[in-house]
Amino acid sequence: MVWDWLPEYWPRLAEGVWITIQLLVISLAIGTVLSVPLGLVQVTGPRILSWMALSFCTLIRGTPLLIQLWLIYYGLGSLFPGIPGLRESFLWPYLRDAFPYAIFAFSLSVAGYQGEVMRAGFLSVAKGELEAGKAFGMSRWTLLRRIWMPRAFQNVLPTLGNEAILTLKATPLAATITVYDVFGVATIIRQETFRIYEPLLLIAGIYIVITILITLLYRWIENRVPRPA
Amino acid sequence: MDLGFIDLSQLAYSPPGRGALLLAGLAATIQIAAGAYLLGLTIGFFGALGKLYGPKPVKWFLEGYTTIVRAVPELVLILLVFYAGSGLINEVLRSLGQRPIDINALLAGITVLGVVMGAYATEVMRGAIAAIPKGQIEAARAYGMSSAMTLRRIVAPAMMPLAIPGLSNLWLIVLKDTALLAVIGSIELATRTRQAGATTREYLTFYLAALVLYLLLTLVSMYLIKHIERYFRRGLRGANS
Amino acid sequence: MKTLISKLAITAAAMAMATGLASAELRIGLDTAPYPPFAEVDANGSQTGFEIELGEAVCEAMGETCVWTPTAWDGIIPALTSGKIDAIFASMSITEERQKVINFSDKYYNTPAVLVAPKSSDISEDPASLSGKIVGVQVSTTHANYAEAKFSDTADSIKTYPAFDEHNADLLAGRVDAVVGDSLAFSDFLEANPDFEVKAQLNDDAIFGLGVGVGLRKEDTELLERFNAAIKKVREDGTYDEIASKYFDFNIYGAE
Repeated sequence: MVWDWLPEYWPRLAEGVWITIQLLVISLAIGTVLSVPLGLVQVTGPRILSWMALSFCTLIRGTPLLIQLWLIYYGLGSLFPGIPGLRESFLWPYLRDAFPYAIFAFSLSVAGYQGEVMRAGFLSVAKGELEAGKAFGMSRWTLLRRIWMPRAFQNVLPTLGNEAILTLKATPLAATITVYDVFGVATIIRQETFRIYEPLLLIAGIYIVITILITLLYRWIENRVPRPA
Repeated sequence: MDLGFIDLSQLAYSPPGRGALLLAGLAATIQIAAGAYLLGLTIGFFGALGKLYGPKPVKWFLEGYTTIVRAVPELVLILLVFYAGSGLINEVLRSLGQRPIDINALLAGITVLGVVMGAYATEVMRGAIAAIPKGQIEAARAYGMSSAMTLRRIVAPAMMPLAIPGLSNLWLIVLKDTALLAVIGSIELATRTRQAGATTREYLTFYLAALVLYLLLTLVSMYLIKHIERYFRRGLRGANS
Repeated sequence: MKTLISKLAITAAAMAMATGLASAELRIGLDTAPYPPFAEVDANGSQTGFEIELGEAVCEAMGETCVWTPTAWDGIIPALTSGKIDAIFASMSITEERQKVINFSDKYYNTPAVLVAPKSSDISEDPASLSGKIVGVQVSTTHANYAEAKFSDTADSIKTYPAFDEHNADLLAGRVDAVVGDSLAFSDFLEANPDFEVKAQLNDDAIFGLGVGVGLRKEDTELLERFNAAIKKVREDGTYDEIASKYFDFNIYGAE
């Protein structure tokens, strides 16, 4: 095992870890926000919207994330030459850089998988609590905000923690579209130093550490959040 | 048929359309997924038994195996197993004086994914076996059944309904994870899609086609799984749902 | 139980050996991604291109059966060193860096590297012209090394892509402003996209090496000699020129 390359590449690895964390946190945030209506509408909503949400979740969960990612980055990219004036528009900085595409793809993925989880979560809230809320004269929006959503989140918190870990494990895919997360940096190290195992083992260790941190974080949140008796 | 941003003629079955190539890639995907799944199930079954009933060192080794494989991204694992796997085998063979085996690409993909899936399968089966009411196993022992017979007649059938949700989910995961093998150059649907898109520069067409093909795989699988689940749950409460 | 396990183990070992032990052939590694006119997958699924034909001719001259084994480019050297393939025949330039890890045969062609950018831009090989721009290259190539060495100070960033066609796709999309790559490999792209042109030919023998050769493991010295002999034979008996003339109307071998 040769580690002499480590001092030289240390700063880039740190940058890579930061990119990985950003990918993880931002995608989780956006995806979770999107997953709430996706789950809710399948429980309540008009048939049409429920069907659309189900189709979206099935599409996301039924196809590989890698293909979704490449479709979004290279597929959309191939359309650019056909759109005049695109490069002068305000969108261009976002369309040019690879990072927003990774965030977009991962957020949709989180939304798709978590939408199903939220659906189960909304279903699992005891009917009695919702009826009590209605008996108090709460409006539908207040009921959602005060009782249904918080309860649903409480019930599915462990699964959400699992979702976070799965998202972390999806982040290396971003390296295939030139986003330099920690796996991308490890790939660069492998190319430049010709070492096969050491960089991979190092980042495997880094991912294990981050997984442990996420697990601890969610366990702390679970302890803080009151569970139904 | 050129729809502007999608060119359907590229997907035609016979050349110069690349539809046949994609379908061949799809066939390879199914083969790799099936092989990896079976390997994963085998590893999972023995791994679960080892974790529940094995001696301490075996338990520790399996614990390490499942924890690491489930905490490290599949892409990293695939690369590690791909290079380390053949590297190790060839080292052993070289030290024995044999010429290195050329492991063909299909087998390599199956082995890599199988080892990764094995860890998940171990956990699923372990949970399922542990959930079997202890009384059934005790009754079998009381009847004088040997371990092997208990395993075959009691444990395996009782475990199946409990393990089906986890195992069927694992099948869907294996199907999608075959796409990751494109990063090591294994020939399956994702690689063929990438090649076709690159040569024709019709990325949108081919990636959308790949999406449709994977979705079909998933939907067909889900339909078959429902029937398999019904079979294994026959006679149990709620079997006719 | 014990007999069951031992039966399974024997079956598994037998299966592995049966599928694996076709070791009479030579596994030649090439990139999975297309690299016309050197190597690409046609609509029938077979490999075609100058390198494929030349490779077949060289193998014939050596008296071996060669199996073309597609491998991801960024893992092709590890694939060689770990024994997954026996030779690399993938337009890999002979460089000192690489020669620390693997051996190369004599060169079998040599083409210059070029810088390609939109016709409307004023990018040239002068690093100053690239200030604020993004340059695309393929990972683990001499072109990437050149871009790192010469352009990383002035350019906004250097993006490395897993495959050649991918940085071209991004050049079309406008995500990169210029790309560095092999002059011949660009010919298809430039023909299809007249808005882009070769801005400069890049010359640097130290970085680009003196041509491409067959990559071989350090310990396979006998195989190296056989490859060199075969390449020489193919050059001398006219097969090389016959194949080359199908694809190129100039001398692709370069200086002797």
